[in-house]
Amino acid sequence: MQNMACKVAGVHFKNPIVMASGTFGFGKEYAKLYDINRLGGISGKGLTLAPKAGNPGVRVWETPSGMLNSVGLENPGIEYFLKEETPYWETLDTARIVNLGGGCIEDYRIGAELITAHEKRLREGGRCSIDIIELNISCPNVKEGGIAYGVQTETARAVVREVRQATSLPLVVKLSPNAENIVEMAYMCEVEGADGISLINTISGMKIDTRLRKSVFHNLYAGLSGPAIKPIALRMVHQVAQHVKIPIMGMGGITTANDVIEFIMAGASVIQIGTYNFMNPRAGEQMADGILKWMEQEKIVSMDEIRGIL
Amino acid sequence: MNTVKSNVKIAKDVYLMKIEGHFEGRMGQFYMLRAWSDYPVLSRPISIYDIGVQEISFLYHVVGEGTERFKQLEAGDPIQLEGPYGNGFPVVQGKVALVGGGIGIAPLYFAAKQLQQPDIYLGFSRESYLVDEFRPFAGEVVCDVGGIIVNQIDYTRYDAVITCGPHVMMKALTERARGSGAKVYVSLEKRMACGIGACLVCSVICQGGNRKACVDGPVFAAEEVRFDAEHGV
Ligand SMILES: Cc1cc2nc3c(=O)[nH]c(=O)nc-3n(C[C@H](O)[C@H](O)[C@H](O)COP(=O)(O)OP(=O)(O)OC[C@H]3O[C@@H](n4cnc5c(N)ncnc54)[C@H](O)[C@@H]3O)c2cc1C
Ligand SMILES: Cc1cc2nc3c(=O)[nH]c(=O)nc-3n(C[C@H](O)[C@H](O)[C@H](O)COP(=O)(O)O)c2cc1C
Ligand code: FES
Repeated sequence: MQNMACKVAGVHFKNPIVMASGTFGFGKEYAKLYDINRLGGISGKGLTLAPKAGNPGVRVWETPSGMLNSVGLENPGIEYFLKEETPYWETLDTARIVNLGGGCIEDYRIGAELITAHEKRLREGGRCSIDIIELNISCPNVKEGGIAYGVQTETARAVVREVRQATSLPLVVKLSPNAENIVEMAYMCEVEGADGISLINTISGMKIDTRLRKSVFHNLYAGLSGPAIKPIALRMVHQVAQHVKIPIMGMGGITTANDVIEFIMAGASVIQIGTYNFMNPRAGEQMADGILKWMEQEKIVSMDEIRGIL
Repeated sequence: MNTVKSNVKIAKDVYLMKIEGHFEGRMGQFYMLRAWSDYPVLSRPISIYDIGVQEISFLYHVVGEGTERFKQLEAGDPIQLEGPYGNGFPVVQGKVALVGGGIGIAPLYFAAKQLQQPDIYLGFSRESYLVDEFRPFAGEVVCDVGGIIVNQIDYTRYDAVITCGPHVMMKALTERARGSGAKVYVSLEKRMACGIGACLVCSVICQGGNRKACVDGPVFAAEEVRFDAEHGV
């Protein structure tokens, strides 16, 4: 009997299909299309301490096999999320991941504390709404005094350390492909006590309107995602898997069950689907079916048989 | 997967595509259309032009890669539809004017059929099309080619004005109608990725903060929209 289940950071995933932050809202929207409890997990829209309106101007541009987005972390803020969205998350039977972004270290710390305190209160009452914090140190779309935490290992260390101290919840750090050294960055996270690594976030890119002679994006650059970035993401997952022991959630351009298998062969424990949700809003359930079919065909009983075989 | 029934040229770069099947939808709502697999990456939001027995139709303007592919579709070709999405036009009481600019007339036909003989104002920059189709469902039909349609309307005659067209046209209409007593509704066009409220690429800057064009809109009460801050598409 095939079993797609897996554990990341001590949390049970019924299958390796997780929906990526920023592409799945808080889950409710897609729940109208299919039973999202069939998913291994969902990562919610990136949250910051204060609500954010995001970037003005054009927010999306298509590229060959990909898209550039400049949403700029628009979100309703952590407190709103905890109050208004977690009651729905409590009802879900899938791994629930809070994606935590921030402007300064202090914001990250307070954010993590609020989430942890909320969850602690719930769990004391025998309830539960959040399984993992996914720390986003890698959003290329927010200009906060030019700080890009996800680029330099030493700058990132301070954030990871602070958040690790602020939470007892499982902590996964989401890395940027724009990091100066992805392996060093991942290793730093492991040393600082992260329970897992998510990668990759979008790759910084650009689009110029030649008629207007300026970037189409208000912030000049935007984040590239979709099939175009898959080879890069796969290579990075493979490199990181060689150097850390903690589990990896791999993502970047996944659109088929075969893509999922590639990431798992490269060393990922579970994968996330982002842009493909826009190409096929029923991606979640179809992908889970696809993986099962593939396992049956290949006579594979557990993903452990193929994980990190390269 | 659905099947194209017909796809005919209406005017230069404007096509009317019929698709077979049973479809739901209210006036002003849209579908996300896709007639390719991986590329282009995103589906395209297109308003409901009309719904008939076992068919739905879309009126579209060929502007880029996606609509270029729609143009090449022939009867029998497969196409994927997700929807209906969006809030749609409100069912308003009293005397209504529908004001369309260019391809913005697309969602107004379905609305004209459902409202009580609205007056219809259609503005085109170069060439008019489908004007006669609207007549059976309209009180008055005013068509303008090359001029400024929003200047030809006596807003005080209406309880509500529903408009869809270029951003500048809807902004100008909203300003002209101010103080007339007519309540103005605008159908905004925004680039979309998910179409269902999950990605926030379609945010519209409104008085009370951002709203999503795909689920809170595409139809908004004009007084809510901060046209000064909005950039169009
Ligand atoms: C709710 C809604 C209803 C619409 N209804 C109609 C309709 O009935 N008929 C019609 O002809 N057009 C309609 N549009 C506009 C239509 O979606 C775009 O013209 C179309 O997406 C352009 O795609 P393209 O690949 O041909 O152009 P490209 O320029 O190649 O498109 C590149 C990207 O920009 C986006 N994009 C470009 N122009 C627009 C635009 N004006 N609005 C939104 N996204 C855009 C595309 O979706 C794509 O992501 C509607 C838009 C919205 C938001
Ligand atoms: C519209 C959009 C919004 C995103 N928002 C976030 C976010 O808030 N937090 C985050 O960590 N990643 C965010 N991402 C990155 C995705 O979670 C994912 O890492 C990336 O898109 C690569 O995967 P994909 O190619 O499958 O989309 C966003 C991506 C897109 C396309
Ligand atoms: S298109 Fe995704 S939220 Fe509107």
